[in-house]
This record gives sequence, C-alpha cells and structure tokens, in this order.
Amino acid sequence: MNTIVCIKRVPDSATRVMIASDGTSLDPAGVKYIVNPYDEFALEEAIRRKEEAGAGTVTVIALGPAAAAESLRQALAMGADAGVLLRCEGSHDSLVVARALADEIRGREFDLVLFGKQAIDDDNMQVPQMVAEFLELPCATVVVGLEIDDGQATAKREVEGGHEVLEFALPAVVSTQKGLNEPRYPSLKGIMAAKKKPLEEKDVSLQASNIELVSLEEPPAPAAGRIVGEGVEAIPDLVRALREEAGVL
Amino acid sequence: MANVLGYAEIRDGEAGKAAREVLGAAHGLAAALGGEAHAVVVGGPGVREGAASLSGFAAARIFVGQDASLQLQQPDVAAAAIARLVESGDYAAVLFPATAQGKDLGPRVAARLGRGLATEITSLEASGGTIVARRPMYAGKAIATLRFSDGPALMSIRANGFAPVELDTGGAVEDIEVNAADARVRVTGLEQGDRDQVDVGEANIVVSGGRGMQGPEHWHLLEALVAALGDEAALGASRAVVDAGWRPHGEQVGQTGKTVSPNLYFAVGVSGAIQHLAGMRTAKVIVAINRDADAPIFGVADYGLVGDVFEVLPPLAAAIREARGEG
Ligand SMILES: Cc1cc2nc3c(=O)[nH]c(=O)nc-3n(C[C@H](O)[C@H](O)[C@H](O)COP(=O)(O)OP(=O)(O)OC[C@H]3O[C@@H](n4cnc5c(N)ncnc54)[C@H](O)[C@@H]3O)c2cc1C
Ligand SMILES: Nc1ncnc2c1ncn2[C@@H]1O[C@H](COP(=O)(O)O)[C@@H](O)[C@H]1O
Repeated sequence: MNTIVCIKRVPDSATRVMIASDGTSLDPAGVKYIVNPYDEFALEEAIRRKEEAGAGTVTVIALGPAAAAESLRQALAMGADAGVLLRCEGSHDSLVVARALADEIRGREFDLVLFGKQAIDDDNMQVPQMVAEFLELPCATVVVGLEIDDGQATAKREVEGGHEVLEFALPAVVSTQKGLNEPRYPSLKGIMAAKKKPLEEKDVSLQASNIELVSLEEPPAPAAGRIVGEGVEAIPDLVRALREEAGVL
Repeated sequence: MANVLGYAEIRDGEAGKAAREVLGAAHGLAAALGGEAHAVVVGGPGVREGAASLSGFAAARIFVGQDASLQLQQPDVAAAAIARLVESGDYAAVLFPATAQGKDLGPRVAARLGRGLATEITSLEASGGTIVARRPMYAGKAIATLRFSDGPALMSIRANGFAPVELDTGGAVEDIEVNAADARVRVTGLEQGDRDQVDVGEANIVVSGGRGMQGPEHWHLLEALVAALGDEAALGASRAVVDAGWRPHGEQVGQTGKTVSPNLYFAVGVSGAIQHLAGMRTAKVIVAINRDADAPIFGVADYGLVGDVFEVLPPLAAAIREARGEG
C-alpha cells in the first residue's frame, strides 16, 4: 500500500506567542516549532501499515517555509521513505493550501492520503476535506479506528457522545485523531537513515484567497479574578458571586 | 445579495441548540446586511418535521433535502446539495455550526464552491456590506480579524458564541433536490454512549476534573455537582486524567481534546497547564477549585476557591442545588 501523509510545521503549544510588528503574523524569534501533533498519528498509521504489509511506500508532503524541511526529516527518521517540500513563505488560507497539496498529490500513485485532524496553529480542521473534494475522493475525518481489507475501508470517526462508522473504497482521504495509535519516537538508526532518504524541494506560488487576515491581536487579558476564600467556609460566597455578580446560576 | 444561509443540524429529529445558534447568528448578520436568514437541512426521514420549528427561530425560508436513503448523515450528499443551493441563490454568507458534523461538512461545501472558509468564529459584523469576523488562533493566544471579499462568506461558528433569536417568521419549508449518488462514503452506523449527557463541547456548563481528583472512584463527587447544575451541564477532564484511563477521551478538554466555550466552567483539581487552558480559556466564567493557592489555573479563573476537593465538593453541590431550587 502506498500512502501519502501531509504534515505541517507548527509552533509548539507551550511557546509564548508574540505578534510581529506587521500585526498579521507571529514573531518567529524564540518560537519552537514541532510537527503538528495530530500529524504524528497519520505518520504512525502509514508507517505501521507499510511495516505490517512488508511492502509499499510512505511519502510525506509539507507546504511551508524552507525550515519545514526539518519536519520532513523527522518524518523520514520515523520511517517515511521520501519527502516533498512545497516551499512558500507566510501563512495562507486553507483552501489555497489544500489546492496546492491536491495539485501535488494528483499525479502520484497512492491508496491512502493521511492528514492530522487539525493543525494546532490555525485550528481549522478543513484542509483534509478540501483536498478530498479537489481529488474527488472519499473522505473520513477525525478517525480513531481504521480497518482496510482488500481495498475497502471501515473507519470509526469521533462525533459528540459517540462514534460514526463509515465505509468507503480506496483510494481515499483520512484525517486522524488521538486514539488511533501511539506514535513512535525516531530511533537513532532512523535519524541516521533519514539523512540518505530523498527530500525534494520546490517553490510553489499560491493563489490569492477571498479571506483576508486583517489583524492578529493578543486576546484581552483575563479580567483579574479573585480568590473567594478557603475551604468549606468560602462556599456561600462563591455561590452568591456566581448567582449575583456573574449571573450564571 | 444580502441573505444569509445557516446549516441547521438536526439531531435526534430535532433542530437543537447548534441549529438555533446558527440561525441566531445568521439573523444578526442578515439584519445588518438588509436581508433574511434562511435555513438548510439535509437528511433522512423526519428531518422535515425537525426543521419546521426553525421558523420560530428567525428562519424566513427553510430548505429541506430529505431522502429516505439518508438514514444517517451522509456528508457528500449534504455538501453537494448545499453547494447547489448556494450557487442558485443570492447569499452574502453561509454559516455552519462548529460541531463534529459542521466541521466535517463546511470545508466540503467550501471546496465545491471554490471559496475559503473561516472556522470557529466567535464574533461577526457587517459594515458597508463588508463582512468582518473574528476567531481565536494559536489555541486562543491570539485573536484574528478576517475580512471577506466578494461572493458568499463561508464560516463556522463556535458553540455558545451566538445566541438563538426567538422570532416567528412564518417561514415555510421548501424541498430541495438531494442526490444519494453523490455519496463517496457510506455512514453505516452510529455508536452512542450515554445519550442523557450533553456533549462537553456544546454544554452550557462544564465541570472538569483533573489529577487532583485522585482516582476514577471519586468521580461521583463531580457527577453530583453536574446534577446540581442541571441538564445543561456536562463532565470534562484534563489530559492527565484521560491518559491515566480514569475518563474517556471524548471528555478531554484542551489542545488535544475539545475546545469548549461554556458560560460557566469549573476546573476541579486541574493545575491549569497551557494545553488545558487552550481548550477552555474562552469560557465566560471560570471557577477554579484547587488546594494549591499558587496553581496557574487561578491566574485565569474569575473565582477561585482554595481547598481540598473531597471537603469542598459535597457541600458545594448541596449549596448550588439549594440556590437553583430557590431561583
Ligand atoms: C502536546 C501536548 C498536548 C496536551 N494536551 C492537553 C489537553 O488537551 N488537555 C489537558 O488537560 N492537558 C494537555 N496536556 C497536558 C498538560 O500539559 C498537563 O500535563 C495536564 O493538563 C495536567 O493535568 P492536571 O491538571 O489534571 O494534573 P496536574 O498538573 O497534576 O494537576 C493536579 C492539580 O490538582 C491539585 N490537587 C491535588 N490534590 C488535590 C485535592 N485533594 N484537592 C484539590 N486540589 C488538588 C494540585 O494542586 C494540582 O494543581 C498536553 C501536553 C502536551 C505536551
Ligand atoms: N501547510 C501544510 N502542509 C502540509 N499539510 C498541511 C498543511 N496545512 C494543513 N495540513 C494538513 O491538514 C491537517 C489539518 O489542518 P487544518 O485544516 O489547517 O487544521 C493537518 O493536520 C495536516 O495534516
């Protein structure tokens, strides 16, 4: 089975976010970047399936700045076979990104295209579905269970208070959620091997979007809260505050 | 070109909170643009009845694509039908709920229309015909302002961000075409857990427990608090608790769990790690209960109570039950 995995380089969630002087982007100074955590489930799934079958390839694709090559190297160290970097600067609307990814994927041979369910920087949860539409393929999102048998897939997807069961034929697009598997760490051997694996880089120019990012601002500082008190004695004050001040009871 | 279309999610045969909030947001935006709010529903037997109630929630026209073969939500079929409706109508905007279904569906419609989609919108306005929306980014550490140019502005709205509007329009149900052959996937089953509990992502009140609860056997204390708060309250959990296997992943709040935006959030025995805050910082009122007065959660809480959960929870549940009983 041949799998394509799309991964995004994102700021680590523990990073302090500083807005750059242009007012529409992040100040990259001091920001630690990681592979989007949900994309690791997608990668793990692809590598595991290849290992179990003893055949097939795993190709990772990232669209982003030159530094996103690091994320691809990490994926190669985990066990992917080849990487493709679609190089471009800045952050872009999901539709535009999805179109560029779909254009790259279209000419390739694959059974499955895997994504994380969501990128933790923009929290959009939409690139996978859009790529699937552009490629006119079946698509299951937020998947926590995936079984494939003879070109037919059954996926379990997380919804409010339960799971939906989906059936579809390959080739298909799947976005992965925590619970699908436990991603591995790259081994030392894997890191060494990754240096020799192919990593293709090419510039892409993206189309304009109909959504313009006007500004990025820090959220209003949380109104200074207060400690109502200690222990059981504070309960009446807390309940009164919730009722009378906050009006939420 | 000033009407606004809202996707009304029907669950268990009813247009519930998510549908009403979408219509509330659509009504507000349509009013600013000088147009009407319309609703669209796609699904199996029974959705037409469920959708009819939306005329009481500001929907001036209600488009229903009902097909006997669509027992369960079929995303491709719905996406194709909605895209056709948008293309044939004159819409300034199309709104989806940021629910599991809305988040799956919205991008499919957007791609079919070749237009961008702004997700998890928390506020919305129109001035001089231009639609401007705001949404959190970087797990709530920044707020983005977005402007849409020409053509329908596509968005999903965050739960509890927009209020339903009770306004009787006398709007009638109109059938639209659905084509079951549009399906590329078949949704064949729905495995539901406890159907009595509201989902943590949509609940008006959330009570989250952390490692400070010391073990799953103590969760009855939180369940009693939830019960005291009424049927719009739901349980949540920190990742430490989910990783320990004390609670299911569906309850996890935070960066790798759910993003919640309730009116009232209780963090009980939760330290307040940045990844937990990512999922709940947009809650309107936050209450923290922790025995460590220096726990970071107190930095974001509106009201803090320093104390031991085992001592505090039972009398707190009792006091809340009493307070609500009086009200
Ligand atoms: C990539 C990544 C993603 C993550 N995603 C999430 C996520 O989605 N959600 C999430 O929650 N976390 C997430 N985390 C984990 C997060 O960093 C914290 O480890 C986690 O939130 C801690 O859970 P906790 O507050 O329950 O436990 P702890 O940090 O151990 O806090 C327990 C608290 O309980 C208090 N306490 C103990 N006993 C009592 C008592 N008897 N009475 C009162 N108070 C008591 C303590 O003072 C302490 O403050 C993520 C981490 C990473 C690296
Ligand atoms: N720039 C990108 N390059 C590669 N994959 C991406 C990119 N942006 C998003 N994705 C993929 O799409 C998923 C969902 O992203 P999003 O829709 O932005 O939340 C991510 O988990 C990635 O798998």
